[in-house]
Amino acid sequence: MRTTLAAALTTALLLGSLLLAQGTTPPPLTLITAQGRRPLPTTMIRGQEMVATDDLVSLLQVAAREDTTAGGIALSYKGKTVVVSPDQPMVSVAGRLVPLQSPAIRNGRRWFVSLDFLPRGLSPIYDARIELRRPSRLVIVGDLRVPRVTVRLDSAGPPTRLSIEASPSTLITPMVESGRIVLRLEADALDVAPLPQAGGLLEQARTEGTTVVLTLSPRAGLARAAQASGTDVSRLNFDVPLAGQTDSAATPAGALPAGVTPPTTTEAPQLPPSPSGARLIVLDPGHGGADTGATGPSGVQEKALTLEIARRVKTLLESRLGMRVLLTRDDDRNVSLDERTAVANNNKANLFVSLHLNTSPSPLMSGAEIYQLRLERETPGRRGTASEPFTLPLTTGGTRTVALVPWNLAQARHREDSTLLANLLESSLRAQVPMGLRPIQEAPMRVLAGLDMAAVVVELAYLSNPEQDTASQSDDFQNKAAQAILEAVSAYRAAWRGGQ
Amino acid sequence: MLQPRQVALGLAATLGMALIALAVSIGLERLFSTPVPEAADAVEFAGATASDVAHINATLFYVSEDGQALVGVRREVPLAEGRIEQGRQILRLALTPPPRGYSSPIPRGTTLRGFYVTDRGDAFIDLSQHATSGHPGGSFAEMLTVSALVNDVTANLPAVQRVQILIEGQHVDTLAGHVDLRRPLTRDTSLVR
Repeated sequence: MRTTLAAALTTALLLGSLLLAQGTTPPPLTLITAQGRRPLPTTMIRGQEMVATDDLVSLLQVAAREDTTAGGIALSYKGKTVVVSPDQPMVSVAGRLVPLQSPAIRNGRRWFVSLDFLPRGLSPIYDARIELRRPSRLVIVGDLRVPRVTVRLDSAGPPTRLSIEASPSTLITPMVESGRIVLRLEADALDVAPLPQAGGLLEQARTEGTTVVLTLSPRAGLARAAQASGTDVSRLNFDVPLAGQTDSAATPAGALPAGVTPPTTTEAPQLPPSPSGARLIVLDPGHGGADTGATGPSGVQEKALTLEIARRVKTLLESRLGMRVLLTRDDDRNVSLDERTAVANNNKANLFVSLHLNTSPSPLMSGAEIYQLRLERETPGRRGTASEPFTLPLTTGGTRTVALVPWNLAQARHREDSTLLANLLESSLRAQVPMGLRPIQEAPMRVLAGLDMAAVVVELAYLSNPEQDTASQSDDFQNKAAQAILEAVSAYRAAWRGGQ
Repeated sequence: MLQPRQVALGLAATLGMALIALAVSIGLERLFSTPVPEAADAVEFAGATASDVAHINATLFYVSEDGQALVGVRREVPLAEGRIEQGRQILRLALTPPPRGYSSPIPRGTTLRGFYVTDRGDAFIDLSQHATSGHPGGSFAEMLTVSALVNDVTANLPAVQRVQILIEGQHVDTLAGHVDLRRPLTRDTSLVR
């Protein structure tokens, strides 16, 4: 039966019917390039999935010409050529023969090649690697980060256990919200295995670009995350309890109004304070991507300087203080202010330092300034913003006190710690770099408002001042600024220990 | 054979010129009938007509020559009917080039799209996209812009307690990545000398 069908199909193809294959068209492959995703149609011919060379010509800008002597077709890219011959399961790449699964087929004016032609025939002449991932039907052009992502419903529960795995290892930033878990992956695109169906407290799993969104039942409480790392995979587990089971207080965690953070945990009173008050610091290189920040008279962009200085500070803090340091961005890309806040809150950072360079309408202004959040008069003071705390059992045993904090008021609880950090930065910076007219200021800084830890913005110099523009690009200035931040963080840790 | 074509060409040219002339005349008419110019030479305009038109003295906030602070400068603003129209007149003047010796805290080329005040005393200043796209960035420069706008309104319209800044009619997070504009702001004299 199959043979008859195939024979019929071949005969029809030889007759040159262009419409023949349409009835058996599989879903297109997805071509992922640095420019985005585009469909690459395929056709079933003789039981083999094939791709038309004219689609490769239009999508990958290769040139094609009929090779009359060999009776085949030659594809060229930037001076390199691969010759495809009919009825031979191989191609000639720059004179070298490469075997393919099946021979190329001519159908009227069009040529079709088997899918393995992409990595085996075209990739060697192309200026970027071409990778074919058959199970997920992806063709990846260039060195893009496209991790394989598997989301599993491990146990329906409740508690419902969910897991996400990314391979190769990829930074996954979770945002646990009321009614959903949002997982942002540090990648160019995702290669997602079939997502789980609804089950337990999971209502839906879907992807949006490089983000995975797990929608939970209205009965679900706030999910608890547990990191489980492997050598070459990133894995996060979530336990989603029923709302009532997380919460002995009046407000069920699953019914939080919009704009309320995940619970902010503090150590249980009966536990001794941590031996080192600041274990994790988040450094926030201001701006990035299309948001260049300020531009100095030399043309230097704020976004480049903040990243360079943040990297220097990170190296110092890790090597000298053995601290864990996270950057809100480690390359030139746009990160929203909410995402910056989320990185720090979700990782329960102890300190947050946002790095910037300043401007003024006058080129005369110069010097470093530190900004902390100005609280509006109606904002309740420290600890006044939280709901009545309640106690959660920990999976590791013991309990933890949890308070629910409105997202935009989280910083109010850390006013004293932020002031301490600002004062220490002011004195350590003063010893290393010129200081501004108002070295410590309070302002309604957007990036600080939702941070649930000691947090400041440091404007290291005025880029609008030509001398500071030049200085801020020098190794000397950048090292001095990094050294000052190291000293302030070190002093903060000592003060925090002494104060507890 | 050629004559009809020449006639046609001539007719087309005449029609074209007539259209251009019409467009220019409409353009000129619109230009000169605009009641208050939103940019550039409004200072001269206000000054030249000060003697004929009733006016008020309003305090507008500009950046001092050394760039360190905002300074309140008394300026003549045409008298307008009601606080909303008066607020519009004040802001239109604030968006024009500054008096000699000062610089403007607001990106040059920004226009006022709208201004209104609610019964509760919350004012809304709706500015063109240029307030964001033309902003030089930096926390201090952004503080100067926001404080000046808020103070221009609150210092001159006593009924206004809080000011919400909008861009192209929309709420925005910030102008250039620093100062929180999600909620209305109250008068801020911390940068005023």
